[in-house]
Amino acid sequence: MAQQMTETSVRPVDNAASVIDILGEITAKSEPQLMEAYARASGTETRVVILNFARLDYMNSGGIGLLVTMLVRANRQKQRLCAYGLNEHYRQIFELTRLDEAIAIYDDEPAAVAGAKAS
Amino acid sequence: MTEPTTGQNLSAASPRSDTGNWAKPVRTLTTKDVPVGATDLNVTGRRLYGVSTGFGRLWQKSFSVRLEGAAVTPREVIQVWKERFGDFWPKGQRMFFPATGIAPGEVGLINAKPMPGVPSMATGILVIYADDESFSFMSPEGHPFAGTLTFSAMDEDGATVVKVDELTRASDPFWELMMMTPLVGARMQNDMWRKTLRNVATHFGVDGHVESRIVCVDGRRQWSQAKNIWQNAAIRSTFYLFGAPLRKLRPRR
Repeated sequence: MAQQMTETSVRPVDNAASVIDILGEITAKSEPQLMEAYARASGTETRVVILNFARLDYMNSGGIGLLVTMLVRANRQKQRLCAYGLNEHYRQIFELTRLDEAIAIYDDEPAAVAGAKAS
Repeated sequence: MTEPTTGQNLSAASPRSDTGNWAKPVRTLTTKDVPVGATDLNVTGRRLYGVSTGFGRLWQKSFSVRLEGAAVTPREVIQVWKERFGDFWPKGQRMFFPATGIAPGEVGLINAKPMPGVPSMATGILVIYADDESFSFMSPEGHPFAGTLTFSAMDEDGATVVKVDELTRASDPFWELMMMTPLVGARMQNDMWRKTLRNVATHFGVDGHVESRIVCVDGRRQWSQAKNIWQNAAIRSTFYLFGAPLRKLRPRR
């Protein structure tokens, strides 16, 4: 099996919103990286966490489970999860798993930030 | 400002693709090539349940067995498991797949007894993901659980470990109540996966001990989804069973 590769970085947009850039893969083994990134993105005033999937290369069903877990954590903290940068393939996966009903999907970062602030 | 990056060395990565491992999105499920003896009910025309569309508390459950001493690779385990999935289920539970087997987009039919003394329930699953080392199911409306089930095998410290990972909530108030009922419900569901893993281990000549990890990740109930009870597969299967005499009286075309 190929070695697990996940990389994340966190960028605050303002006090209420942060972006998590995700590079490489999301599988069940990505949990430490993704949850650490979520913890860093999630301040006391944070209301929206935006996931940037533009450089996502690979995701299996364990990765979807991880996103669901992150969504539950966000809901508990009264935060919203948004996403952008999903190509057609990953948009279809979100649709298949009905994650698109819980995570708002935008075309790009400006749209995600605007959408997050408008909601 | 970009905060420090976390992660592993991407430069050493060998690119791999998930194209072809995922099912295409479907609005509703459709069965095909229904095997003789299978009841095709509560599947065709049903939408998939996601975790966000279920009712009960959200549980993350992981069951695993270590095939210590068995000369078998994770890929070999998954290949056998895909081919003989129904054979490894405990007695009384039946799963039917089309001849194409467990592959992305295929629909499986389940004819099972949720608990002793109740009529058999007909429901199904969609294979949403399958690769050489894992496969995953999602369930349609009416199924006891909303969410995903993943079956996988991996090498850990020189032995193949076989796992069942469940991230589900009960789909409606009926099933949530069943899950809370002592000695049945959740216990039966958990025992089913333990027995399944023991059967897989036995197939490979291992008398394995099944490890369990069960965590409630969301204790809230989604009352907006209580209406799911109209689709409840057990209730509809029971009505279907008791309606059999009336269907026989219906004139044939």
